[in-house]
Amino acid sequence: MDEMKEIIKAYVIKEYVEDDTEVTYDTPLISGGIVDSFSMVSLKRFLENKYSISIPDDKATPEAFDSVNKICVLVREFVKE
Amino acid sequence: MSHIGSYEERVKQFDWSLSEKELDYQSGNIINIGWYCSDRICRMGKAAKPALIWEGSTGIEKRYTYDDLRLCSNTIGHFLRGLGVQPGERVCLFMDKIPELYIGFLGILKMGGIAQPLFSAFGDESLFVRLDNAQTTAIITQKKHAPKVRKILDKMPYLKHIIIVDADPAKPLLDREVAFDLDQAEKIDAFEIHPTYAETPSVLHYTSGTTGQPKGVKHVHYSLISQYLTAKWVLDLQDSDIYWCTADPGWVTGTSYGIIGAFSNGVTQCVLDAGFSADNWYKFIEKNRITMWYSAPTAIRSLMKAGEEVIKKYDLSSLRHLASVGEPLNSEAVIWSERVFGKPFLDTYWQTETGSIMISNYPGMKIKPGSMGKPFPGITATVIHPETYEPFNETGKIGLIAIKPGWPSMMRMYWKNEETYKKKFQNGWYLPGDRSSIDNEGYFWFVGRDDDVINTGGHLVSPFEVESALLEHPAVAESAVVSKPDFVNMEVVKAFVTLKPGFVASKDLDLDIMNFVRKKLSPLAMPQEIEFIDSLPKTRSGKIMRRILHAKEWGEEIGDTSTLEND
Repeated sequence: MDEMKEIIKAYVIKEYVEDDTEVTYDTPLISGGIVDSFSMVSLKRFLENKYSISIPDDKATPEAFDSVNKICVLVREFVKE
Repeated sequence: MSHIGSYEERVKQFDWSLSEKELDYQSGNIINIGWYCSDRICRMGKAAKPALIWEGSTGIEKRYTYDDLRLCSNTIGHFLRGLGVQPGERVCLFMDKIPELYIGFLGILKMGGIAQPLFSAFGDESLFVRLDNAQTTAIITQKKHAPKVRKILDKMPYLKHIIIVDADPAKPLLDREVAFDLDQAEKIDAFEIHPTYAETPSVLHYTSGTTGQPKGVKHVHYSLISQYLTAKWVLDLQDSDIYWCTADPGWVTGTSYGIIGAFSNGVTQCVLDAGFSADNWYKFIEKNRITMWYSAPTAIRSLMKAGEEVIKKYDLSSLRHLASVGEPLNSEAVIWSERVFGKPFLDTYWQTETGSIMISNYPGMKIKPGSMGKPFPGITATVIHPETYEPFNETGKIGLIAIKPGWPSMMRMYWKNEETYKKKFQNGWYLPGDRSSIDNEGYFWFVGRDDDVINTGGHLVSPFEVESALLEHPAVAESAVVSKPDFVNMEVVKAFVTLKPGFVASKDLDLDIMNFVRKKLSPLAMPQEIEFIDSLPKTRSGKIMRRILHAKEWGEEIGDTSTLEND
């Protein structure tokens, strides 16, 4: 789980943060304006590729993508144990 | 009672001088939008009235009265003048929706500069082509966006000043950078406003076309006459209103109605600088007791998607008037809003070039869900034949929307592009590039764009720009970009791509290309879907037949394929 958090956090920082803004596991990503609704599509695609899952559109809501912690909860729903 | 009262009576008696009189403006006088939006409201006895209530993503709130607006815009104008920025020079605003964006806009106008707002999510390439076209002298930005400016700085010798409004004192400023802290700056009470006149350029907004680079749409200070009155009559801004325009001033709605229309009418305006979430939006309405809400179909459909349970958590009874802009508002959204908010969203139609609302639904007028409404009083609009450019004599015919030029906020030119500007006029009509029909009661019904420009979430994206960016990716050999249907954004960008030898289509490559375009241009321009194909449909002369790909996405008839290369 911690590894997943680190991977997703590192990806968010690499792809969506231009400056040295700190991103924690709880930093609001969507409501905080770090990832906009259009860019959410690329973040969803990353998660699907990385974890070999398919996230239905109705589950890919701004609320479910709003922090690294929330994303991990979502991803775990679909990752086969 | 609404400001417009009877639409029919207004149409009969209309003259733009009515707006001039309300603003105490006479032909030949000085007219400065910055002054009208701040100093004039103070002189009307509203200096202590809240002008701007701003909330950031962390919940922090800032409040500005009209006197604060006056003082702060003076201060920014004074600062720019002190740097040596001259009247007529372009000053770019490249910021999130923070107070400095709204106040900076007025400050630039007060010192005689031309405000050039740009969407802060633009990537470095999108930023560069727009700054380069305008030969921008100064840019006001935040430290989070400064890296994008630094990346292209070497190519812009004309850009003399990079003004950072939240610079970190612990970090050294780089080449051409200067820090400006509005909260800490000594406020300037007496500021000599530059004497701008009706035809003095005020704002330069960039919009995308089918081909070529983005076009700089030049507006002038006289646009105020349209923006003030349309805000008053269509948005029905009343003195007691708490107004929320959700648009970003990086785009024209955010300046025409998120700054000029609102402040020139002296209303209290709220701004939420946070990403979208239904909960946050409803909470914001409840907290601020919003009465007038001007939003966009994409946002409305996102709220529809979020469901109705969340609405029950909040008291939204303050809402009295709702309007929408950016793309056609589907009838389902109008009916939905009437059911859940007790009021329909009224569709308004206009574009960057028109500067103000052209066709609209009005308070008190019968609403036909899905219709654009009727022309604003003083606006002559019709539908014309796409080949003869003559108005149709019968109702119900689909043709090009055409507007008789001459309203105050009409664009004056595309920046350094007179040839394209002239092409927007045919047979004495201005052509916005959209198709519609008119019914037997005079209501306009939107049909679609008349070109390949993609309207995604209310923002225009040029397929040409996206294709050009795609070709810069090392794996891409050829590309064709079209729109595909999308419930929330109406349409989104889809790219068809052929790969260079040695590259193999994969999910990782797909994501890499998406991110490449997003960073280079903007999230709006990023293809939401990439389809790898062996070859693109082309004419025998080698021209890509985008029309075929578009038809496939929309389930339409492909039409004539006689010129297809491999047919």
